[in-house]
Amino acid sequence: MIPATDPVVLSAHDRASRNLQLTGDGQLRHFITLDGLDLVMLTDILDTADSFIEVGERTIKKVPLLRGRTVVNLFFESSTRTRSTFELAAKRLSADVLNLDISTSATSKGETLSDTLLNLEAMASDMFVVRHSQSGAPHFIAESVTPGVAIINAGDGRHAHPTQAMLDMLTIRQNKGSFEGLRVAIVGDILHSRVARSQIRALQTLGVAEVRLIAPGTLLPADAESLGCTIEYDMRRGMADLDVVIMLRLQKERMEGALLPSEREFYRLYGLDTEKLALAKPDCIVMHPGPINRGVEIESAVADGPQSVILNQVTNGIAIRMAVMSMAMSGQVADRAARVRAQEADQ
Amino acid sequence: MSKTLRIDGARLPGQESPLSVLVSDGRIKAVGAELTGAEAVQVIDAAGLTLMPGFVDLCCNLREPGNGQKGNIASETRAAARGGYTTVCASPDTSPVNDSGAVTHLVRDVARARSGIRVLPIGAATRGLSGELLSDMVGLKAAGCVAFSNGSRAMANARILRRCMAYARTFDLTLMLQPLNQALAADGYAHDGRVAARLGLLGVPEVAETAAVMEMLLLAEETGVRLHLGQLSCGRSVAMVAEARARGVTVSADVAMHQLLFTEEALSGFDSRYHVVPPLRSEADRKALLEGVESGVIDAIVSQHQPHDSAAKQAPLGVTEPGLSTVESVFSMGLTLVRRGELSFAALTRALTTGPASIIGQRSEIAEGAEASLGLWDLNGEWRARPDTIRSVGQHVPVPNEPLPGVLRWTIHGGEVVCRPD
Repeated sequence: MIPATDPVVLSAHDRASRNLQLTGDGQLRHFITLDGLDLVMLTDILDTADSFIEVGERTIKKVPLLRGRTVVNLFFESSTRTRSTFELAAKRLSADVLNLDISTSATSKGETLSDTLLNLEAMASDMFVVRHSQSGAPHFIAESVTPGVAIINAGDGRHAHPTQAMLDMLTIRQNKGSFEGLRVAIVGDILHSRVARSQIRALQTLGVAEVRLIAPGTLLPADAESLGCTIEYDMRRGMADLDVVIMLRLQKERMEGALLPSEREFYRLYGLDTEKLALAKPDCIVMHPGPINRGVEIESAVADGPQSVILNQVTNGIAIRMAVMSMAMSGQVADRAARVRAQEADQ
Repeated sequence: MSKTLRIDGARLPGQESPLSVLVSDGRIKAVGAELTGAEAVQVIDAAGLTLMPGFVDLCCNLREPGNGQKGNIASETRAAARGGYTTVCASPDTSPVNDSGAVTHLVRDVARARSGIRVLPIGAATRGLSGELLSDMVGLKAAGCVAFSNGSRAMANARILRRCMAYARTFDLTLMLQPLNQALAADGYAHDGRVAARLGLLGVPEVAETAAVMEMLLLAEETGVRLHLGQLSCGRSVAMVAEARARGVTVSADVAMHQLLFTEEALSGFDSRYHVVPPLRSEADRKALLEGVESGVIDAIVSQHQPHDSAAKQAPLGVTEPGLSTVESVFSMGLTLVRRGELSFAALTRALTTGPASIIGQRSEIAEGAEASLGLWDLNGEWRARPDTIRSVGQHVPVPNEPLPGVLRWTIHGGEVVCRPD
């Protein structure tokens, strides 16, 4: 059970994360992790995203919030879907967008990450959207390399994927109205999942009643209890009283590391099929960050069924990304103005 | 020619009355209150300073030969002298690896020319530290290696480990091994605990160490080798060493100072500075390691000094190089623990002097006739580790910019002043 009503005491880590991501007066200037962001900030992001959903329904889907700004998509790990939604979000905000697939260019020529980024900063970039295979890479960039560029985390290692988590939260809010009293399960490969880590944090901050992790021991992190979640090995038992079930993608390579015997056995034990879904509340919604493996994590009838909100998630992805990009840009601009004022005061 | 040096007004730890030390021909000729009349070429006024034996480090990376951008014998022994050390064991993990007499001779020759303090090479137990083929350990000993280690790398398998021990036992050589089960550690770089769970860091489970400790203890018992376990990080390891020793296994152990001061929480901001091998572990482990030092189960505290160029640490955490630049901060970190009441001054001193010295057949004492290797400390003073105060090439110090207790004023090795006040 999550002690959702307990007073929030920030750990040193949360304080550091907050200080890194927020300006002196509490505006977002980077969006790297949900650690250190409070209920008010997360609600603000969801509300802002709601307002952008309307933009997507217009004939002319553009707002000028990032006009004249340069957004660089820096994908050190390949991705089609996430990169496309970030690109669309930036374009709808009227930004100039540069897509760089770094996995195949500079770093393979021996240039260090720092040097690559400093070169891009010199091209007057305003925002980097970063995906990287190493946990903490966006932290490193924001702290040590280019502090004057807004950093949006598009997924780092096993650490965080905060825009994905927030679009999931938007989907839950649209379907459930609020987070109060909700019981939410995350099922599958928690150990390797940056999505799960961000979802856990978002759900806890937004005040759900319970976050339940359902997985075999080999796909849970060591000391999983310390994440403040209920741990359940038996999925059938774990489906009881659920309002939301989030399925995670299972990577094929998990079989090779002896984490699992076979896809078939995984599906039998942890795949979401009609029979297992019937054990949850009748109005339980089914989510999946995609891309889905039909017949591995989820039965087609469930993925395409009435309780599935998987396609809403995709639509919400653009709105959430527009929200955090516009918020971080305005925080970054405020930060720059403050720096200029401070310099002038010095002289 | 007899070079003499007299130190006046210093105190021994915990003692009130100041005393003088007369040094001649590199040795302590006399210690006492009434020496001020004795003639000396040089006199050091040590009023208010505390006299400590020169420290002995069992694990120090000097980076020479081969890694000049990270440090060299001259720079890192100068840093060590600044840390109060007068003897450092040079890790074999250089480029090339110290697995041949030629490298050992080179290290000794460079040290003789450029180091004010004693450098004792540690030989590679296996060729190229590959963990697969034994190195010429007897030849390396003849060249000057005082013990053998495999750096922070594991042996390829238990059979090689057993043969390495049996061979070392035959020739009465000391093996200094860092216990690590590579299959269990895999690609991990952080303690597999709550911080790794939250931040999605690749974990090194505790059993990656404890399983290796158990295996090494059983094989040491069987082969009878003199085994020294280096850089323990787990509370369970300490208990296993104590138990093995109680049943007669010849085993000693050390811990790196940073393991006594920090825990896994140090990585919670992805700070690559605290990427070390073995990883910083839980608070319970830290407490157990401190108890191990206090009780003497852990014989020595080492610096595990690993200087780097700045680029080695300027990357996302998981791809940075492990290690801290510690050698100038070790005693100050220890004094921090003493001030907090977590470690006694006596245990700290023992673990930096007689404890490590006895493992490599050296002595570290302040007595008439002993080698004059000493440090003079202002124990009430404070300093900050900053680029302008640090002598090591490595700037990634364990406690940056914070006031640290204990300022070294003088280091004397073999009767020569090797570090003096700025």
